[in-house]
Amino acid sequence: MERLRRTMLFVPGNNPGMLADAHIYGSDSVMFDLEDSVSLGEKDAARMLVYNALKTIDYGEVETVVRVNPLSTPYGAEDIKAMVAAGVQVIRMPKTETAQDVIDTEKAIEAAEIAYGREVGSTKILTAVESALGIVNAYAIATASKRIIGIALGAEDYAANLKTTRSKDGVELFYARSVIVVAARAAGIDALDTVYSNVNDTEGLIEQTKLIKQLGFDGKSIINPRQIDPIQQVYTPTTVEIEKAMRIVAAAEEAEKRGSGVVSLDGKMVDKPVYMRALRVINLAKAMNLIDED
Amino acid sequence: MINPAIAGTMESGDIMIEIRDSENKGIHIELESTVMNQFGKQIEKVIEETAKACGLENVDIIAKDKGSLDCTIRARVTTAAMRGCGKTEFEWK
Repeated sequence: MERLRRTMLFVPGNNPGMLADAHIYGSDSVMFDLEDSVSLGEKDAARMLVYNALKTIDYGEVETVVRVNPLSTPYGAEDIKAMVAAGVQVIRMPKTETAQDVIDTEKAIEAAEIAYGREVGSTKILTAVESALGIVNAYAIATASKRIIGIALGAEDYAANLKTTRSKDGVELFYARSVIVVAARAAGIDALDTVYSNVNDTEGLIEQTKLIKQLGFDGKSIINPRQIDPIQQVYTPTTVEIEKAMRIVAAAEEAEKRGSGVVSLDGKMVDKPVYMRALRVINLAKAMNLIDED
Repeated sequence: MINPAIAGTMESGDIMIEIRDSENKGIHIELESTVMNQFGKQIEKVIEETAKACGLENVDIIAKDKGSLDCTIRARVTTAAMRGCGKTEFEWK
């Protein structure tokens, strides 16, 4: 089953209480942060804490992601070594601006996989674009490595780089969001939206999530467990959508049994994109326990 | 040890570790914990094992625990030891 990334929960890397509990709230991924939420004087402590947590705590089915510091800082290379040694599933690259940034990170990851006996290629990459240059290079970034599972937008730095500020309706992000979705789809990876910073504004979060879902995003980064449920509700298909998807999939399976390449339902031909969308609807419904796994 | 060093915080789930050279032989641990009765011995054991693994021999360790997990204790003792010894690279495994 395709992994869902509707909600990716940021967790400050130097907070042991949060590291221990992060996976119990029901987000699809947890993202331990070694970058912006950790002061310069605590980079060593956060790295050591996340390393020990990953080696010890069973995060179950929840995907583990670590946002490392950029390789251009004194911390990035050591972050990658430690996280790969600890067996993290995904390295999130902040402030990605060029394909070369990805290639450099991949080299560091591969060297660490070899050094610490991890399978080469097993550590995935999530790129985060946070500048105008990153948006201009989005497709090149999205296709720079086979390890890439998604491309995310980091809106605060991006808005500052554009010489504007964040607004409630997010008009300043419209172009970047569209570019990211198109680049992600062209590359066959996930498109992931930026955080909604006001944790007390659930209505605003729901409105923003409806917008980014309609644009084509797979999910969002989040900063508080309270944001999980509203987002996952927006991504939950309706009963009508689920029933239709199940009929489409059943029709496709029936056609395959008959050895027919043409799928039809209610007298209409079912195209491949419709079938793929139906599979995604079923995947989302299963994640919310609305239909059986089988 | 080049200098005394501290790692960790007093937040819930964390442990603050202070390590300094001792005039007496061995590792001496002074522990305060919110879960002293249940886990005091276990916490001391993890602190001592980690300090030895870091190569510390004659040190005083002052630990203030707020209900930390073993992995947090290991991380904080190791960080304090590295800071005290001026080490910046760790042998990740």
